[in-house]
Amino acid sequence: MKHFRPTRHVALAALAVLAVVVAVVAGSATAKTSGTTLTISNWDAYTPKDLIPKFEKATGIKVKLAKHTTNEDIMGKLEAQNGGGYDIVFVSGPFAESLKKRGWAARLDHEQIPNLKNLYPAASRLSYDLGNKYSVPYTWGTTGLCWRSDLTKTPTSWNDLLKPSSDLKGKTTMLATDRWLLLPALKVLGYSINTVNPAQLKQAAALLKETKKTLLAYDDTTFYSKLVSGEAKLVEAWDGWCNYGIGENPKIKFKIPKEGSDVFVDTMVVLEKSKNKEAAHKFLDWVLRADSGKAVTELVLYKTPNAVAMAQVKKSLGKQYPNLLIPPKLLLTFQTERDLGKAQPLWSRTVSEIVG
Amino acid sequence: MRRGRLRNTALVSPALLWWAGLLVLPVGLVLAYSFFQRGTYGGVVYDWTFDNYRRAFDSLYLSVLWFSLRVAVETTVISLLIGYPVALFVATRPARWRTVLLVLIILPFWTSLLIRTYAWIVLLNDAGLINRVLRGSGLVDEPVRLLYNEFAIVIGMVSTYLPLMVLPIYAALERLGPELGEASADLGANAWKRLWTVMVPLTLPGIAAGCIFVFVPTLGNFLIPDLLGGGRRQMVGNLIQGQFLKARDWPFGATLAVSLIAMLLVLVLVQGWLTRRGADREEAPIAV
Repeated sequence: MKHFRPTRHVALAALAVLAVVVAVVAGSATAKTSGTTLTISNWDAYTPKDLIPKFEKATGIKVKLAKHTTNEDIMGKLEAQNGGGYDIVFVSGPFAESLKKRGWAARLDHEQIPNLKNLYPAASRLSYDLGNKYSVPYTWGTTGLCWRSDLTKTPTSWNDLLKPSSDLKGKTTMLATDRWLLLPALKVLGYSINTVNPAQLKQAAALLKETKKTLLAYDDTTFYSKLVSGEAKLVEAWDGWCNYGIGENPKIKFKIPKEGSDVFVDTMVVLEKSKNKEAAHKFLDWVLRADSGKAVTELVLYKTPNAVAMAQVKKSLGKQYPNLLIPPKLLLTFQTERDLGKAQPLWSRTVSEIVG
Repeated sequence: MRRGRLRNTALVSPALLWWAGLLVLPVGLVLAYSFFQRGTYGGVVYDWTFDNYRRAFDSLYLSVLWFSLRVAVETTVISLLIGYPVALFVATRPARWRTVLLVLIILPFWTSLLIRTYAWIVLLNDAGLINRVLRGSGLVDEPVRLLYNEFAIVIGMVSTYLPLMVLPIYAALERLGPELGEASADLGANAWKRLWTVMVPLTLPGIAAGCIFVFVPTLGNFLIPDLLGGGRRQMVGNLIQGQFLKARDWPFGATLAVSLIAMLLVLVLVQGWLTRRGADREEAPIAV
């Protein structure tokens, strides 16, 4: 019997075996999520067209994209399914907080989302979910005044909307959703946008009841087209939606009133009931890639809290839509919306008092 | 005998199941929810309470109800004033024309309510077709505010629910036939008198049915006040929808819904009574 002498061939063979083993193990890791289907609900027209096909191609995970119109809409759907029915939902900060407190949001495993490093550090310090334990920010922005610069003078204060000059009467709109319907009055009065103090809410309601007489409408969805058509000259608007107006008519401008405003964050939440958490984490990580974030800003015209992505956004876009350049530093001087908890019925009664 | 009863039960069971599953059960759930409480972060806490009903009698919600009733009454009256002549016109055409006309009346239902409502926005807004015509013809200098007010809400409601008024009245008129009208004309009643003393009393059940068909959905509609009213006025429908979706206060939303159902039930009972009375009248000549 010859002595067994390890040769180069043996070494190569050993390497080959090792390679196969690694490939199989790695393959089974992707195979575990490949072929699974994620059900995701996002706002209509809020996902860049290419995002999902690219993700599906790279990971082999199928995505069923459902659409909701408002936070309230998706919360209602979750309520009816007792926190199930989806793997990931896109909701604003206070709603992510509410999902967390009801035990419907899954605790995120940051090791599975390495691209979290792309976020501005400030994006992990948002009070509705400190440290992004249950939610990952997708876009953020603020609420301000959006106006036709050829039809009215530059507004400076929320009072330009709340107590409009005579030429603006019947030519303004305010947002219809509770939080933003009250925001301008709360800012003018110097109160927290999350106040649960009945006296403060009463005072805000009294102010807004007077404002209602001067409004064209409460409008959450078509205010920018009212500006484009000239039906309205000045509207309360989310910065990103004002951009849809600016895109159609460059005479439309956006400004944050001097009293300040809010910072709202639209987030992604993995549901506790999801059976595909690993695939869901992969999706979150995919959205946090620089190229995904860039696509979100360039196509949806909202700022993303993704520092690397924002640095890559086309410079010309910032010129056309100046509010994309609002620095995170300024944004974060504003308060962010929190879940109102037990005070929610008080808020909705206040809104009924104003609108009813 | 027994077999016949079994067969009858079998035949009725799909309808019974439908009725139990899609009407009794949901309404029962709504009724049950109205006695529970909202959790801190939404959801339902199963602790009994009557507090929701106390909250519902807040003057604020009563004023919303009052506005809704006003819109529903206005819509019903206008629909009746337009609907009765239309039904009369259709019922007096030759048979082959009637089918065509009826199809034309039902046709709008084939389009989504949302689209029909948006169409009104296109027509009524300050820069819309009607205002362009008014200004183009020099009748007005400033655009007339036609949209985002009660007027626009009522227009939207009437255009949506008018067919529901026309159809039952048409059915009643057709059943009546032309003979009684001709007879009363022979006896010297003029057209006006024929309408008021013969047609209207005898078609009262149809009128009552039409009024209910228009009144009930108008009261509960929340889309039209949102879009055509510009969200500046709330109706009961908006209030209920808001409690379920915005406030995530299902128990209170259920309470408002139960109150509305109770009110409408009274109306349906009145309509039922009118119909029965109408039926008695129809049978009366035979009895004599």
